[in-house]
Amino acid sequence: MPDTAEAHITVRDLDMAYGTFVIQHDLNFTIRRGDIFIIMGGSGCGKSTLLKHLVGLMAPARGEVLFGKQDLWKAEPAEQERLMRRFGILYQSGALWSSMTLAENVALPLGEFTDLGRAEIREVASLKLALVGLAGFEDFYPSEISGGMRKRAGLARAMALDPEILFFDEPSAGLDPISSRMLDDLILELRDSLDATIIVVTHELASIFAIGTNSVFLDVETRTIGASGPPKELRDHSDNPRVRRFLTRSADATLEGGSARG
Amino acid sequence: MVQLTAAPPNRFAAEQRAPRLSFSELDAGTLLLGLTGDWKLKAGLPTPAEVGKRLETAARVRRLAFDAAQLGAWGSGLLAFLVGVQDLCKTRNIQMDPGALPEGSRRLLKLATAVPERAGARRAADRSDFLTLVGNESLAQWRSGGQMLEFLGAALGSFGRLLVGKARFRRSDLLEIVFECGAAALPIVTLIAFLVGLILAFVGAVQLQQFGAQIYVANLVGIAMAREMGALMTAIIMSGRTGAAFAAQLGTMQVNEEIDALTTFGLSSMEFLVLPRMIALILMMPLLCIYADLMGILGGALVGIGMLKLTVAEYVNQTINGVGLTDFAVGIAKSSVFGVLVAIAGCLRGIQCGRSASAVGLAATSAVVTGIVFIISTDGIFAVLTNVLGI
Repeated sequence: MPDTAEAHITVRDLDMAYGTFVIQHDLNFTIRRGDIFIIMGGSGCGKSTLLKHLVGLMAPARGEVLFGKQDLWKAEPAEQERLMRRFGILYQSGALWSSMTLAENVALPLGEFTDLGRAEIREVASLKLALVGLAGFEDFYPSEISGGMRKRAGLARAMALDPEILFFDEPSAGLDPISSRMLDDLILELRDSLDATIIVVTHELASIFAIGTNSVFLDVETRTIGASGPPKELRDHSDNPRVRRFLTRSADATLEGGSARG
Repeated sequence: MVQLTAAPPNRFAAEQRAPRLSFSELDAGTLLLGLTGDWKLKAGLPTPAEVGKRLETAARVRRLAFDAAQLGAWGSGLLAFLVGVQDLCKTRNIQMDPGALPEGSRRLLKLATAVPERAGARRAADRSDFLTLVGNESLAQWRSGGQMLEFLGAALGSFGRLLVGKARFRRSDLLEIVFECGAAALPIVTLIAFLVGLILAFVGAVQLQQFGAQIYVANLVGIAMAREMGALMTAIIMSGRTGAAFAAQLGTMQVNEEIDALTTFGLSSMEFLVLPRMIALILMMPLLCIYADLMGILGGALVGIGMLKLTVAEYVNQTINGVGLTDFAVGIAKSSVFGVLVAIAGCLRGIQCGRSASAVGLAATSAVVTGIVFIISTDGIFAVLTNVLGI
């Protein structure tokens, strides 16, 4: 990705806190248009919390999140809603609305935010489901399909409004290696065909190297960014030993015979 | 992989050898711990404290060694003992020589101490004094009151948007909820209201018969059902049945991130989830209340006709003469208010739900408790008001 690409999301001096407990502080990074941006780090470092700040579910304790030039958290509620509608989110467990069928899940945002008619909505919903390999499952309820399928259906819903930014919260959690690989391929395909910016929260090394064009590593011990840059470069050249250890999956020196916690 | 138990030859033998600890001085300054028997996880294992006691009396001990030649099967029981002994040695500056222990136990012991305890990770025991507890609790109550008001405000706002036709929710959801808290509640309302009418009639019959005024059982049952019991019993049933269900549904949606998904699509959970539930209960509660009134009167009639030997015509006439339309109106008005309260209590607790399975249970419980408190206190206010206004 050329450095000249336009900044899509900018995070400036962000502090994240639950009450008085600061989970990460002084986060600064830029996500460029067309990036597949990886947010990585050990368990409990605040990856998902950072995602919540980016998508507007949690307000920052300090600092700002800019989309283009616009601050998500200083915008008027209506403007904020409009900004939020420009992105799609795949939640960790899919978060499909369990009382609706897959088609209804995808159709709901279409019905609320577009002027399409019933038949057209149904058609678009089927199309989105077909894109993620779920053609024919329109009338299934989320509880009737497998975890991997639920995730893909969640992706179909996230893509419903043709978002320009797609967020993925641990896309490969709970998937077998093949499904996880297929999801990675799908993410790449979507980036190229939808021309979207993609942000992925994950600690799956295989996916990180397969799809990531840029990344930040949240350090659980110093509670701020440990390193940032393309994942492969970080693995080979980072001067932060914790980052290299994470990316090469090597255990702590004191932990002979044990395994690193992914 | 480390083997947790060294398999002795008679592993499945019914009789296990009792674990025993013995001490002997190997030489000056070295204490030998003899471990015999089976050291599995169960009560009655020797404790590190015994070693500690022994060390008290033998001050010159500088080294600790083990004799495990007679050790049978072992498990985490042995390991816990060893970790305890290791800690003892560390505080007393004694060298511990695990050389003679089984290979697996040595490796596990090493693993257990490989990662030092993270500073600050252990939660300090909460030992706040009484005043702090009271203060914290009051602040929590104050905050929860504030949250309730905030919720009420948001609910009112969404009602406003409903009136101007701007509220976003699915009509099919509304119909489903209407069915769920209307028609589907009929059997339980039938049973409870019928029995309440019957019980009221029995209570009245015993007293009124003494004056030969048993005909007034019809008035008693009719007025009590229409003004009070019909509305009250339906509200309490619906609080337990529907209020709890609302809290559990919304709570589970919170756990599944479904509410987050709504929010990030710019759909207000207030309009999308809370509003249809409130509308459904406001519509259905008065209907259920009227139905309960009639069922209760039917229950009373059964006693009046069956036990007090009144005729059907007598009972019906007495009810018509004794119970006015105002009585019904008071009950019905109350029941719509109760409907709002049950819906608010259920939805409030559901939306506030934390992100765990036990939080969902707590939300359901709390919805019922809050609902019933709301209902009874509002009923009290109604009683005073109707009395003052002379209705």
